[in-house]
Amino acid sequence: MADKNITLYGLTTCIYCKKVKELLDDCGAGYDCIFVDQLEGDERKQIIDAIKKINPKLSFPTLLVDEETIVGFKEEQIKEALER
Amino acid sequence: MTPEELYDKLRPFQESKGYFFNRDKAFVLDLLENLLINKERYGYMVCPCRLASGQRELDRDIICPCSYREADVAEFGSCYCGLYVSQDWNEDKIPHTVVPERRDPEKLMAGLLFEE
Repeated sequence: MADKNITLYGLTTCIYCKKVKELLDDCGAGYDCIFVDQLEGDERKQIIDAIKKINPKLSFPTLLVDEETIVGFKEEQIKEALER
Repeated sequence: MTPEELYDKLRPFQESKGYFFNRDKAFVLDLLENLLINKERYGYMVCPCRLASGQRELDRDIICPCSYREADVAEFGSCYCGLYVSQDWNEDKIPHTVVPERRDPEKLMAGLLFEE
């Protein structure tokens, strides 16, 4: 799997975020995981601004695989993005 | 309160209103555990799959059962986080799809401004 720039924006209490994280781990993908509910103040605002650019609904999980954004636990779509 | 106790407490009442717990009980108990975590954190059971502001008034629409449950279960057979579903959903009479977020993102943004 070619090295990809992967970022998962999630919440510590969200089960679908946990499922996406487990899928990335199972696929052996390297990624950054940002739990937005653990951020505060300006740090939270900056991350929300970043998410808004790729997912205007501001929902979680939001997964960025290079340029592709995947919102929600969509297993097949995530696997395809990782293999591309 | 444990997730199991919450499950037993909520189930009869919610079923009487036509809302059924997801048939995947382990999944439901996981969700209920996270609702209890949020109760501890914020003082109220805000949806575990949404970002709370920590201000009850601003989070009122996402306190479980959220304001969007009725429309989501009607349209998709499932609420946003999958805790409550219709009987047809549980019996596979309708497809299981990812429920898109119905909430206006401006409500989340309002919570950020409040922090200042």
